[in-house]
Amino acid sequence: MDLFEYQGKELFRAHGVPVPDGKVASSPKQVRVIAEKLGGTVVVKAQVQVGGRGKAGGIKLAKTPDEAAAVAEQILGMDIKGHKVRRVLVERAGDIKAEFYASFLLDRAGKGFLGMVSSRGGVDIEEVAATEPGAIAKVPVSALTGLQPYHLRRLVYGGGIPADAHTNVVALLQKLFDAFVASDASLVEVNPLVQMGDGSVVALDAKVSIDDNAVYRQPWTAKLKDVGPTSKQEKIAAEKGLNYVKLDGRVGIIGNGAGLTMSTLDVVAEAGGTPANFLDIGGGANAETMAAGIDLIFSDRKVKSLLVNIFGGITRCDLVAQGILEALQKLKDLKAPIVVRLDGTNAEAGRAILEKAGDPRIVPQPDMLSAAHKAVALSKGKK
Amino acid sequence: MAILLDGTTRVVVQGLTGSEGTFHTKRNIAYGTNVVAGVTPGKGGQTWEGSVPVFDSVNDAVIEQGANASLIFVPARFAADAMLEAADAGVDLIVCITENIPAADMARVYPYVRGKGIALVGPNCPGLISPGKANMGIIPGEITGPGPIGLVSRSGTLTYQVMHEMFTRGVGQSTCVGIGGDPIVGSNFIDILAKFQADDQTQAIVLIGEIGGDEEEQAASFIAGNVTKPVVAYVAGHTAPPGKRMGHAGAIISGSKGTAQAKKEAFESRGIKVGINPTEVAELAVKSV
Repeated sequence: MDLFEYQGKELFRAHGVPVPDGKVASSPKQVRVIAEKLGGTVVVKAQVQVGGRGKAGGIKLAKTPDEAAAVAEQILGMDIKGHKVRRVLVERAGDIKAEFYASFLLDRAGKGFLGMVSSRGGVDIEEVAATEPGAIAKVPVSALTGLQPYHLRRLVYGGGIPADAHTNVVALLQKLFDAFVASDASLVEVNPLVQMGDGSVVALDAKVSIDDNAVYRQPWTAKLKDVGPTSKQEKIAAEKGLNYVKLDGRVGIIGNGAGLTMSTLDVVAEAGGTPANFLDIGGGANAETMAAGIDLIFSDRKVKSLLVNIFGGITRCDLVAQGILEALQKLKDLKAPIVVRLDGTNAEAGRAILEKAGDPRIVPQPDMLSAAHKAVALSKGKK
Repeated sequence: MAILLDGTTRVVVQGLTGSEGTFHTKRNIAYGTNVVAGVTPGKGGQTWEGSVPVFDSVNDAVIEQGANASLIFVPARFAADAMLEAADAGVDLIVCITENIPAADMARVYPYVRGKGIALVGPNCPGLISPGKANMGIIPGEITGPGPIGLVSRSGTLTYQVMHEMFTRGVGQSTCVGIGGDPIVGSNFIDILAKFQADDQTQAIVLIGEIGGDEEEQAASFIAGNVTKPVVAYVAGHTAPPGKRMGHAGAIISGSKGTAQAKKEAFESRGIKVGINPTEVAELAVKSV
């Protein structure tokens, strides 16, 4: 679960990580009130989960409350790389002396946590990693020990943080790590981490990603607004608990298990077709999930054929077959063909159920490759 | 031979009396797996299905029944505790089927369990099977039989697909290990490849990877330096859309884009054959023995 900047900063604030004074708003009127309270020059920042918002005109300075309301008027509703701006964060602007980079994340290669710090902040850190890899300190932190003083020393010395900022950066990193662990984040990233004219350090930006598997023990995440899926189909999928990703092609795809489903997409592409989606009905799928999945896929009008590729392990093929029939009962007007390949647990029973139904829209195939070729041909209107 | 698991392995099932535990343990026993105990706190002293004694702790199961491997079916929020308990009770092998375990929990469990020299398979995996000998987990045993191929995979059902395709061509497996698809899993490709290389029964190895991380790239490099048996690889996810990602931290560390194409090239550049689909993988593997 990815947080917006203002949500990430609320998390930071709760753990004592210094952030600029400010507040989120959804109308120019609110922006004016916040700017009046803050006083002086403010910065108005579009809240979107996409990089490059500054260049796109989504971050603007304003010297007066009237000016703040005027720039908010421009920014709210703006489209930044397909993301509509619905909120802005209004913060007090300050005198910046230097810009750094800091992050903690879950490192799958190192099987633990990793801290990263660099004095090259405020720029694309991936670019820094490519051109000046030595400018970023990367320090593995064991989840068994937690963050120790030597980790912090390696981060600030290795990252080239100037000596006059060491004390404040170390204090901020410790609190940032506390926020990272306490919130079950997979990433907390601050870019830029700024040193102000008076020597204090502040997290000027916040990118936070929370581990979806840990949401059950992070009840505060339930109150977050606007996080999660954006397309209509993905919203329905989230409600029904289906693992669905929308793509742009003509062949709908249902598989069981992420690996087999991904492989099914690949085989369809290899056969010259275009996958319309990824939908993994998971282990132990039943008739109900199957019916919901088919319904969901055909709500995308571009889909011309559907490929159901099931290898039953926990999933029972007879239940999958019943689900297909239930969906077709419901979708009486549906003309598009459904190519079905069933193998594994109760596959013969499943095939018999489909055959007995005698619905002309169901096209059984004996194996994965032939099923993919058939579904691709049908998506192009061929037999 | 086989790796990690055979008919002599003495299995304790944590979460035996739950619905998942009961369903799959019955199948594992029917396959010939030597299940000697179950653990459900509060149900110690009972007998499951009239045959398997249930204990309150893994420690009791190890002392009373000589269990040396644990199979875990407990819900995600209790799974880290279950793995650590099994490790402290002194088993040699832990297989955790449970999915949706917080990654931070695995960041604690991994170094602790590995530090004791225990083999951990999973979590979020289908388990492992040594066909004809024993089955620990949820792999459908009836789709294959014993043979000369060792199989290691990050996927579940895709593994069944490839096992099935090989077996319909008359070739079975020594052991099939589903290592799991989570960011942090107990055994990586390299751990299992090294065991297959040392195993007499295994003549060739199939490796099934997928997008994300750089485990496949590391495996390719390990194979080039350490594995003399033929290896056939497969990578799923060539058409997968790039995942939503916040920040840029992920790509910096791995030094890899994590794409299927990059992984395929890592194998091919070291002379390791890569099948373009599960059927071709099975055909290449069958030809290599």
